[in-house]
Amino acid sequence: MAKRSHVTTTVNGDEYEFLCDADQTLVNVLRDELELTGTKEGCSTGDCGACSIMLDGDLVCSCLVLGVEADGKDIQTIEGMAPSADELHPLQRNFLEINGLQCGICTPGILIAARALLERNPDPTETEIRFWLAGNLCRCTGYDKIIRSVQAAAEEMRKG
Amino acid sequence: MATQKKALLGQRLQRLEDPPLISGRGRYAADINFPNQLHMRIVRSPYAHAKINSIDTAEASAVPGVVAIWTSDDISDLPPIDFRADKSSEELKPFRQNVLATDRVRYVGDPVVAIFAEDAYIAEDAAELVMIDAEPLRVISSADEVPGEFDDGLSSEAGLLTHTYGDVDAAFAAAHTVIELDLRTGRHSGVPMETRGAIGVYDSENDILKLYGAAKVPHRNRDTLVRMLERDEDKIELHEGHTGGGFGIRGELYPEDVLVLVASMRLGRTVKWIEDRQEHMMAANQGRNQRHMVKIAVDSDGMILGMEDEFFHDQGGYIRTHGANVPNRTMCMLTGAYKVPAYRALCHLRLTNKTPAATYRAPGRFESTFVRERLMDALSVKLGIDRIDIRRRNLITANDMPFSIKFDEAGVEDLEIDTGDYPALLEKALEWLKWDELESDLEKRRANGEMVGSGIGIFVEESGKGPSDGARISVDENGDVEVLTGGASLGQGFETTMGQICAHALGADYNRITVIHGQTNLIPYGIGAHAARATVMTGSAVNVTALTLRKKALELASEMLQMPADKLEIVDGTVVVADNPAGPSISLAEISRRTEGGLNAEDFHKTSESAFPYGIHFAVVKVDPETGRIDVERFMVAYDVGCMVNEMLLEGQLVGGCVQGIGGALYEEFVYSEEGEPMAVTFADYLMPTLDRAPTVECLITEDAPSPHNLLGLKGGGEGGINGVGAAIAGAIDQAIGIPGAITQLPVTPQRLKEIFNKS
Repeated sequence: MAKRSHVTTTVNGDEYEFLCDADQTLVNVLRDELELTGTKEGCSTGDCGACSIMLDGDLVCSCLVLGVEADGKDIQTIEGMAPSADELHPLQRNFLEINGLQCGICTPGILIAARALLERNPDPTETEIRFWLAGNLCRCTGYDKIIRSVQAAAEEMRKG
Repeated sequence: MATQKKALLGQRLQRLEDPPLISGRGRYAADINFPNQLHMRIVRSPYAHAKINSIDTAEASAVPGVVAIWTSDDISDLPPIDFRADKSSEELKPFRQNVLATDRVRYVGDPVVAIFAEDAYIAEDAAELVMIDAEPLRVISSADEVPGEFDDGLSSEAGLLTHTYGDVDAAFAAAHTVIELDLRTGRHSGVPMETRGAIGVYDSENDILKLYGAAKVPHRNRDTLVRMLERDEDKIELHEGHTGGGFGIRGELYPEDVLVLVASMRLGRTVKWIEDRQEHMMAANQGRNQRHMVKIAVDSDGMILGMEDEFFHDQGGYIRTHGANVPNRTMCMLTGAYKVPAYRALCHLRLTNKTPAATYRAPGRFESTFVRERLMDALSVKLGIDRIDIRRRNLITANDMPFSIKFDEAGVEDLEIDTGDYPALLEKALEWLKWDELESDLEKRRANGEMVGSGIGIFVEESGKGPSDGARISVDENGDVEVLTGGASLGQGFETTMGQICAHALGADYNRITVIHGQTNLIPYGIGAHAARATVMTGSAVNVTALTLRKKALELASEMLQMPADKLEIVDGTVVVADNPAGPSISLAEISRRTEGGLNAEDFHKTSESAFPYGIHFAVVKVDPETGRIDVERFMVAYDVGCMVNEMLLEGQLVGGCVQGIGGALYEEFVYSEEGEPMAVTFADYLMPTLDRAPTVECLITEDAPSPHNLLGLKGGGEGGINGVGAAIAGAIDQAIGIPGAITQLPVTPQRLKEIFNKS
């Protein structure tokens, strides 16, 4: 069996160490080694955005990153999105209230991508939201309630 | 049937199922793991059609971590994947798919070998080492070419199906005008964002086989597996977790489901299989692919006299669980919302060397609405009658209801439309849209050189086809309410819908309701979530059960409070005296505590009749003459659902379905080469609508025509968003480019549109 690499990362503020194979993708490491199954794999080719995470502040598809590349880096996933056990992130709350999800499989990736947008641009236009999230496929909602959810969350976050 | 008053119904209650889903705590098939599990990988045919000479698995077997490798020889005792019991048809049985291909492969992706290994990576590596030696056979690449052989001596034309009524020849002989069209719908599919997954667990102590990752129709698949594996009903359990979308294609019984179950038993270890996306695009059911040669006869006023259709249905490599359901629904619903006095449809059900086809959201209806509405647009042009007016003249009216069509063929199901006022919905929709303004605005823009246009698609949907479903509801000693159903959730909001109906009918607190679905070990029956049945069938079962429980609770409370039951009502889980909030009261929890055996009920909703919702789609498109790009500027859905349970969820169904339909109308197509090679196996080739291209879909939801077949008047909402999209978009493009009848094929890709420009 090929040599496994030792990797140290921070995930949602917690330090993790793990061993992974050279060909193991980061999404599989998160899901299989760290048991953080909130990040979903939709296509394995970087086309659907379901596996979106933050890697050192960049929005990436974790199916296109190898586990070993995460060494020394900071990772943020859906599991770390809510500020506490009984408080949701404004994006999560607005997705709940406006029905910005149906089956929910694309939702973790969309929430992570939307948060990345609002951190860069707290007051995006509808067009900016549409283009920023164009890499996140959703097959259930037809997207409209996703846009409304992001707009409502943005407004709420601007008001602080 | 009497109708209940509306209280909670229609309200935009927040979904019961969402909290885990927005926090990354969803449990989809890939998230389920068992100790010591094996991983399965399928080696699929690289040939579209070939005779297998030999399969060499020696090298793959030698890979460390590979535990077993199966070919069809290892499972020769298994029957082919069976039709669902209610779809059985002797003539079609030879066209069923074996669990693993035996001597022939019939599409690229046909399962040939199953590899079981310690992890998914090992299984995948070993799969690449399997050598299939095969002799290519003639590839049948479309349903409208000359049929070939499905098997030695067996034609690939599996059947000639017909639906007929009235004197069609006389209608055409008497016609003032006849229009003939040749129309095609592309090969599309649901493509849910979660690929399929199946985990087989064998409980050897109790001799029970358990399938995790089940969806859509767990009980019906349990019944099929009972027949196929010759086990007792209580020795097979199907378990549904969170499901990442279905759209008709997810949750049917596929070869992989059977393999993980049988392997778990024979190998003595749990077996997990998760489909990858590329596999999904060549293994999961596809649909829509038809060619219609259709004609219509009208009199001088444009009144329809008759319709005749001959069409080719591209079934792909095998006939799967639905039998001939899709072509039959196509024929049954082709006349749609119009009065057609005479009708004849002939379907060539043909096997081809593509991924098998089955039901995809609005099966047979997306296709037939496209065909029918193309005819209406063509009539409008030919006769010089406004396209709204030609439709208005021919619509079935409220006075015609119930509207029935009896087909001449023995054994063909009659069409019995329950209720509807199609002309009223049309007038409402035109007013809502300010149609005249919209039309004159588009005309001005066209005069200024823009390529913009509008289109319309009127349709009838079918939902809630019986025969029966039931539910069990119990209130525990803390007042928590459990609604136990055999329904299924594919992400559409099943728990919310059932919870909302239960809260409405029982008077329970919505937030204390838990809804259970998709667990065959907990309840012996269940209709599942297919063909817009969930809300109508399971929802009606929950409704009658909640009413039975309510009656029981009120009788018990009447004794406990010493008040006549008819003076009591239940509000948010507490029995109170009507019109006297300060009077005596008792909670359902207290009644449950004081009642031997607890507070619970089971009841059933039975019907032999479907509920028929209906709708109208309007599209406004803009075409770029340079690139052939088509933008959907606006899309409007007017839909009568009889009785709405949750407005927010229904909008979600309509808008989601609509955008999926836009995909089928403009972008999505499973293209195959002449040699049967699938050309669209990633999201880079199979283009689905993205956020930057999807319009904001506007909805007008009406409740003018409740169904008489259930107490609440429910009709289904799952397919009304997609049904008329192809029709409306085609009409809109015709108008935008100023070439009537130009669109004869879906999807209208930029390449196809450029070809139209080049020809004109």
